[in-house]
Amino acid sequence: MPIKQQLKQSLIIAFWFMILTFPIMVIKVNTIQNIIVFRWFNLLWVGILTFVASLVWNYFLRRTEDGKKKDFEDDTPLIHRLLQNDRFRRPFLGLLAAFFIAYPFIFPMYHTSIMISALVYVMLGLGLNIVVGLAGLLDLGYVAFYAVGAYAYALLNLHFGLSFWMVLPLSALLGTLFGVLLGYPVLRLRGDYLAIVTLGFGEIIRIVLENWDEFSNGPRGIADIPAPTFFGHQFNQDNTMIYIYFIVIALVLMTIFFVNRLENSKIGRAWIALRDDEIACQAMGIDKFKTKLTAFALGATWAAMGGVIFAAKTSYINPMSFTIWESITILCVVVIGGMGSAIGVIAGALVLILLPEYLRAVAEYRMLVFGALQVIVMVFKPDGLIKSVRKVYTFKTSQEPQQEKIAHGTHT
Amino acid sequence: MRWISILLGLSGTGAVGFFAVREIIMYPMYFFELFLGGLTRGSIYALIALGYTMVYGIIQLINFAHGEIYMIGAMTALIVATVLGMWGWNTAVIVILAFVFAIVYSCAYGFTVEKIAYKPLRNAPRLSALISAIGMSLFLQNYVMLAQTPDYLPFQSLIPDFQFWEPFAHIITSVEITIIITTVIVMILLGLLIKFTRIGKAMRATAQDKVMAALLGINVNNVISATFVVGSATAAIGGVLIACHVGQINFYIGFLAGLKAFIAAVLGGIGSIPGAVLGSLVLGISESFFTGYFWSEYEDVFAFAILVLILIFRPSGILGRHDTQKV
Repeated sequence: MPIKQQLKQSLIIAFWFMILTFPIMVIKVNTIQNIIVFRWFNLLWVGILTFVASLVWNYFLRRTEDGKKKDFEDDTPLIHRLLQNDRFRRPFLGLLAAFFIAYPFIFPMYHTSIMISALVYVMLGLGLNIVVGLAGLLDLGYVAFYAVGAYAYALLNLHFGLSFWMVLPLSALLGTLFGVLLGYPVLRLRGDYLAIVTLGFGEIIRIVLENWDEFSNGPRGIADIPAPTFFGHQFNQDNTMIYIYFIVIALVLMTIFFVNRLENSKIGRAWIALRDDEIACQAMGIDKFKTKLTAFALGATWAAMGGVIFAAKTSYINPMSFTIWESITILCVVVIGGMGSAIGVIAGALVLILLPEYLRAVAEYRMLVFGALQVIVMVFKPDGLIKSVRKVYTFKTSQEPQQEKIAHGTHT
Repeated sequence: MRWISILLGLSGTGAVGFFAVREIIMYPMYFFELFLGGLTRGSIYALIALGYTMVYGIIQLINFAHGEIYMIGAMTALIVATVLGMWGWNTAVIVILAFVFAIVYSCAYGFTVEKIAYKPLRNAPRLSALISAIGMSLFLQNYVMLAQTPDYLPFQSLIPDFQFWEPFAHIITSVEITIIITTVIVMILLGLLIKFTRIGKAMRATAQDKVMAALLGINVNNVISATFVVGSATAAIGGVLIACHVGQINFYIGFLAGLKAFIAAVLGGIGSIPGAVLGSLVLGISESFFTGYFWSEYEDVFAFAILVLILIFRPSGILGRHDTQKV
């Protein structure tokens, strides 16, 4: 398209947005004191901003469309290619490990604390990735299991004095149990029906926690949740943070290991197959219901463990931490990172959790920017930041015995 | 499994029926008030749920930003009414203009949102479109919050207390009766639009089979835009009416209302227009009874519980078609 036409188009778009945003951007009413303020400058800003934005937007939109047409070559994300290459893999992983080990000692406490939250989201994201990314079950109530874990630690500690290390495996069991209990009645539903019902369950658990005072202390929440101890030794406040940081790192590594193993196991392949085609899958003799239930329960297990860490880190929980927005954030981690791809989910969690924290400088606008970014990432990278790479098995068709060879692998 | 569900259904209906009959006989007025309150509530849900269900029927997308469109409708009406009120215009003119502006602006927002956030994602994975919708919803909420105010704004009712309604006002206020009547009119108009006009036929054709519709010369993009516009218009009407009813609005009202309306749409069978209306009425009326007779703090739990129960026994909603999955 010639430049002149593009400019004209953007001018029209800018004009459209100026009209569109007029009542809300320009007029500000105060119905109590009966004052109207007209902010004409905003109109100018909207015009200029949308003009520039539409030029950039159209340029990139055209570029992605051109890219789709001619791009037949290997579109494996860069990071996967790096990790497959042995020369790069070792130093890269070594560097990464060194960075994460040194992190709490280099940066101040505040940053460690933020990093812990991000890593908890890595765990949650990887857990939800089993449900959404691998098994293809849209779960909008994932936060319910997170709440189960957090409240399990808080309440078991409050009433029975159980320590962090005793509750962690217990909560994992509890999470699995809840996953099975909630999954059992609802997994017959498909697609969006499942999404809205899981959302419903998530909200039910939160509202019950909010209103059932005798059980959960209601909206006041539970305070003074102890931090984990190291063989009976209690660290001071700063060292506790570092200690929790390393616990989370260990758990994340464990999660990555498990998820990777699961993905390549019989059940993992069954999930992926079920996501892609239910009927073909049943024809191959896979028990649809049982497979889905396993995915749901395993996802719940990780959420519950994440919840325990969250409770231990903040030492105070209340139902407000477990709203539906939390579920949505975790889902965004999975989808924006790249569904089904473990590296993608990790990247997604780090970007999505660290970004708003560091955007606090522009605190007012951060959710606005966050929302806009979600739209932009999805429009230009609908498969997520780092999209998953499927294993390809190639067969040699000569006299020699048929042999499976892995062409692309998702090694982490 | 089958006889268990039948038994459960029968005993449930029996218990509810017994309770209802006893209540009706003992306090008929209270029952009637709750019923009308539920009808009002259900009407509002229906106006919003229509947008969800129509969009879903055509592009299989949960339009998460729909609640925000409804909020923007109410906000625009508030701004227009306040400005004109201060300029001392005639009340009737203000009411009409507020409604017109709310509808026009909501339609424009619905149209624009579709073009920005959903159209480029037509062929992308469905979850990507959903995340895009969630992002749009966050963006619009914060946009209104930053441009206006995070506080609740009082909304002076645009609907006056009618003189002739005086004798019935203690049962149902004139605002409530206006809501119910408006909803009925909108439903009838919408039904006519879908059934008899060209665009309505095109919508139904597109919902059935997009490719076939395109082959027959229907401009699918225009039909999708039209669907968003119609859905936004009904949501705007709902927004203005509920704002008159509740008396205050802020940037966040769209979220919960949108959620409830979506539940209603799923309850009735998403994609089906009569289903959305029926689901909304069922949800509104049963919620009203529940809060009236039991605990009001568990109102939302009840809404979700009813949803879960109905979906367990009817997995595609009350009026939803039970599609057999094709290979």
